[in-house]
Order: sequence, then C-alpha cells, then structure tokens
Amino acid sequence: MLRFLTRRTLGGILTLLIISAVTFFLFFAVPADPARLACGKVCPPELLEQARHNLGLDQPLFAQFTAWLTGIFAGRDYGGLGYCPAPCLGYSFVNRAPVFETILDRLPVTVSLTIGAAAVFLAFGVATGIVAALRRGRPTDKIASVSSLVGASLQIYFVGTLALYFLVYKNQILARPRYLPFTEDPLGWAAGLTLPWMVLAIIFTANYTRMTRSTMVEQLGEDYVRTARAKGMPGHSVVLRFALRGTLITIVTIFGVDLGALIGGAIITETTFGLQGLGRLSLNAVTDSDLPVLMATVLVAAAAIIVFNIVVDLLYAFIDPRVRLN
Amino acid sequence: MSTPFLSVRDLIVDFHTEDGVVHAVDGLSFDVDKGTTLGIVGESGSGKSVTNLAVLGLHDPETARISGGITLDGEELIGASRSTMERIRGNKAAMIFQDPLTSLSPYHTVGRQIGEVFRRHTGASRAAARDRAIEMLTRVGIPQPKTRVDDYPHQFSGGMRQRAMIAMALVCDPDLLIADEPTTALDVTVQAQILDLLRDLQEQTGTAIILITHDLGVVAATAHDVLVMYAGRAVERGTVREILGEPRHPYTWGLLASMPRLSAPVDLPLRPVRGTPPSLLNVPPGCPFHPRCDYPDLAGPELCRTVRPELSPHRGHGDACYLTLAQKREIHR
Repeated sequence: MLRFLTRRTLGGILTLLIISAVTFFLFFAVPADPARLACGKVCPPELLEQARHNLGLDQPLFAQFTAWLTGIFAGRDYGGLGYCPAPCLGYSFVNRAPVFETILDRLPVTVSLTIGAAAVFLAFGVATGIVAALRRGRPTDKIASVSSLVGASLQIYFVGTLALYFLVYKNQILARPRYLPFTEDPLGWAAGLTLPWMVLAIIFTANYTRMTRSTMVEQLGEDYVRTARAKGMPGHSVVLRFALRGTLITIVTIFGVDLGALIGGAIITETTFGLQGLGRLSLNAVTDSDLPVLMATVLVAAAAIIVFNIVVDLLYAFIDPRVRLN
Repeated sequence: MSTPFLSVRDLIVDFHTEDGVVHAVDGLSFDVDKGTTLGIVGESGSGKSVTNLAVLGLHDPETARISGGITLDGEELIGASRSTMERIRGNKAAMIFQDPLTSLSPYHTVGRQIGEVFRRHTGASRAAARDRAIEMLTRVGIPQPKTRVDDYPHQFSGGMRQRAMIAMALVCDPDLLIADEPTTALDVTVQAQILDLLRDLQEQTGTAIILITHDLGVVAATAHDVLVMYAGRAVERGTVREILGEPRHPYTWGLLASMPRLSAPVDLPLRPVRGTPPSLLNVPPGCPFHPRCDYPDLAGPELCRTVRPELSPHRGHGDACYLTLAQKREIHR
C-alpha cells in the first residue's frame, strides 16, 4: 500500500512538472508583455528594459523556467519590483502580490463551494438513485428519471439567475450569496453559500441519480444479492450492505472526477453568484493577461485532479478487496 | 400417515413479461420428508429452480404470480409475510446456489458471510458468530479454518467456495436444504467430494434435501426420491430405484439414453433427446412432450396432442403418460 502511494505520488509530481512546463512555454506564445504590466502605465523605455531584466525576461526561455521552478522552493526577488517568498509561484503585477498568497486567499471560497455542493449532490443523487432502482418501472422511478434528465439539461447561469431573482432579490427567502470564512462565522458561511450549493447540486445530482440507479439495478440482480436474501437478511441490509457496496465503485469514480474538476474552480457558478474563488481568479487572469496567476490556477486544477485520482484509487482498494494490493 | 415435512401442492408460478405470461411452473406437487433427499431432474427451463425459489419466496413479487400451497413443517409459505419468510430463510430452510463465485459476496470475508446468518437468526454476538463460522468451516472440511475464516471468496478455490457456501447454508442447522445444481460449476473430482459432504451432513443432522440437477449421475449417487420435470410439470415421480431401474415416461427414457456410458464403445454417438424444450410462453397443448416424443400416436390418434396427461397413480411411482404399462415395458426393456 505504501509502495503504491509513493509510486502514485511521484507520478503525480512528474505530471505536474510536465503540465507546468507545457503551460509555461505555451504562455510565451501569448502576445502579452509581463514587463509592461510590471512597469506600470507610464513607462519610459529604459525602465521597461530594467523591468525586463529584473523579471529575468532577458534570459533564455529554459533559464526562465528553471528560475520559476527554483522560486517555488527558494522564493524570488524581482529587484525592487516586488519580493515573493517561498513557495513562490510567481508575482502578479496586476494584483501587486505574490501569486501564492492570492491562491491561498481564493482557495477557501472554491473549497467551501465544492464541499457544500458535493455533500448535497452526493447524498441526494445517491438516495434518489437507490429509491429509483428499488421502485424501477413504477411512478417514483419515472419521476426520478425525468427530473434527472431535466436537471442534467439545465445550465447554471439559467437556474442560478432565476433562483437569484426569485429566492433572493424578490422574496428574500435566502441570503445574498457571499463568502464569509467558516472559522469566523459558520452560520454566515452556510447562509451565504446555500444558494450556490443548491444550484450547483441541481446540475450534478442528475448524474448521480442516473449512475446509482443503473448500477444498483444491475447489482440487485447479482447472485450474491439473491444469496443475501436467501440467508434471511432483512431488506434494508440486502440493499445497503450488499447491493450498495457494489454500486460504490461507480459512485466513487464519478465523485472523484467531479470533485477534482470543481476544486479547479467552478467558473460559471462563481461568476453567476459573484464569489471570488479560483474560477473567478483564473477568468480574470485571462482577461488581464496575468500569466503568473493563470499558470498557478492551471496547476492547482491539475493538482486537484491528480490528488483525487489517487484518493479514488485508494478507495477502490478499500471498497473492493479484490483490488487490494498486497 | 404423518404429514410430510415439506409439502408442495398444485404450485403455479407465472411470470408476467412484456411478451406475455410465462408459465414457469404449472401445477406441481411433491413432498419431502426429513432425512431424505429429493432429486429434481430436468432440462434447463423446466422449472426446477423456479420451483425452489418459490419455496423460499425469493421471486420478485412485481413480476411473479404464485399460487397453490407450500407448507413447511405445517406452516403455509405462500402469502406468508415478509418477516415470516425472512425468519425462515437461512434458518429453517436454506439454499445453495450453482455458482459459488458469484453467489458469495466479493466484498465480505467468508467468515463474516457465514457468521452474519448465525447472528441474524440466533442473536449471537460477533465473537460467537465468528467461532461458529470457524466451526462450520471445519465441518465442511476447509483446511486451517482459523485463518481462512478471514479470507475473501476470491482467495478460495472453486471447491472451497462451494464448501463455504454449504457452511453458510447449514450454519443454523436448517431442516430443509435446497441445493440448486451445487456441483455443476465444479470439477468432477470436487463434485464427488461435495456430494459426499452433503450426504455426511444429512446423516448427522437429518436435514431434508432437495437436489436440483440435470445430471442423473448425481441423482443416482445421492437422492432417495426423484421428480422428473418437463415444461413446468412433473412427468415422472418415484424412488431413485424406480426411476433409474424401470422408468416409465418417454422423456425419462430420453434423459437416461442421453447419458454417455463409460462401458459403451468410444465411437458410439451421443443420443440427445431430439428437439428443444418448448417455450414456456406457448406450451404445446396436450402432453407438452408430444412434439419430441417417439410414440405420440400409440395411445390413440389425438389423445397425446389434445388432452394433458396427469401424473398417476397419485402415490408411489407415477408418470404422466397415456401409454399403458404393458406398452411401456414393451418399449423400454
């Protein structure tokens, strides 16, 4: 198990390295001059040259990449333009702050959004899927199927805007979406995020309902589930301990993918509800040509997907003894 | 005359499907006494398994319509409540399935799967259930039961899995054990071991066994009584000596003739029962076997094709065929 974990972690780091190299070199193809951003609005040519030197832009491309990599561990000094302590993912001259600080500042928003929404869509989607599977062919099942289809077809900017209008501005049923740190005000944190959680969950629940239902129907027909019933195990135990166990693999798989993607930033949700998370950060970085920030958000998204993939693989072994590594 | 331990009367099991009503079991009656083994023989789709799933109430009530009577130890099972059935299953009546690999849960240890039946029906503690599981594994001949109890089914060999399955079925000392093709998925040598095991356990506990099989060799080795099924009906019933020694139904003859014999010349072609089993959506009128029978005109020009024969006589060696005893003896010598 430890060997597996080490191997996967090393593999993950290598993947991140490759992704950072690719994004780094890709961004140099972008017609944007970081030195001009660093130098400010009124920038005489000699100052621009100075900024270029301080940012290391006069170095060969590969040297710039290694400087960026070294910065992660050693920090970087941009010669009067700014200082960026380790771990330094670059310095944003749009925000006038080290990128890592900005990321740390925005990450809790996205993580909060993800955790709350994930809890809702996981619980609700799986529960609906189980009920639909047990009542298959009956009205409950049909209602669940139709509503999943509708849910999956909805768009966040559509549902989100409608919900904002009716539930917040018109009727004041829910609090205006905003982010308050959980550690400072847990209730305010939950209240401010309730609407984004619900809207995000509506879109995702559908997928969980459908996947849970179809896998569960399959599992309920398995021989070992029949054996459990033939042993006199009560109905709820047959469903939850036997049939659901086989369904977990499917659920965990899609859940890992979804979580990884959401941590990378729910751009549309954050934009719709005006939350300053990683999604908004990356979107702004694109429009401002803020390359260091953009690169860092890409890396965070990649890291999230890599981490959740490893977690999912570990969970497989936990759920199914047949894949347990020995 | 005491009441039999398990008594099935006029059992009818219909499945309502999109294509129509499937008459899987159509008026079946049989008895099983304690300490005896009834072998139920027939081709695939003859209703053997469906009958026995009905005994334990394991059919989906949404699609299956079951009528008739099934009494176990004086208790009527058809229409019994779910909790009654859950109390009986695994406790008074247990079942072994054909494929032990798919029939055991891959997610739980063998010991847990055996122990949970015991806990469920006796309220024993986790530790007591574990001890009982080890005891059962020992009884069915699993080597090193104390360590194997924590293994998962995929760590067992095929024969060991079926032994574990038997241990699981017998953990509450059931009075009735239904074994649905328990040896079909196993090697021939392992088959013999499993059958021996079942016989030994029956001698120790006096359990009534229903052995479902399509293998007459298995029947000859283990059963006391035999029921031959065809298209959801019993076509012949008797003791194993009667059925194998003086079979009376043309279908039984066909089954017996289709068995290859070691004493026969190697190049003797196999003799299958010709034709295929009828669709249970559309069972032939009259005797359901008449389209495959070699003697459909012997009992009169139309009888076999129009009127369904009943099993007669009602007790002892009976068969559902219009041929006279003399004709049968003449044909099958």
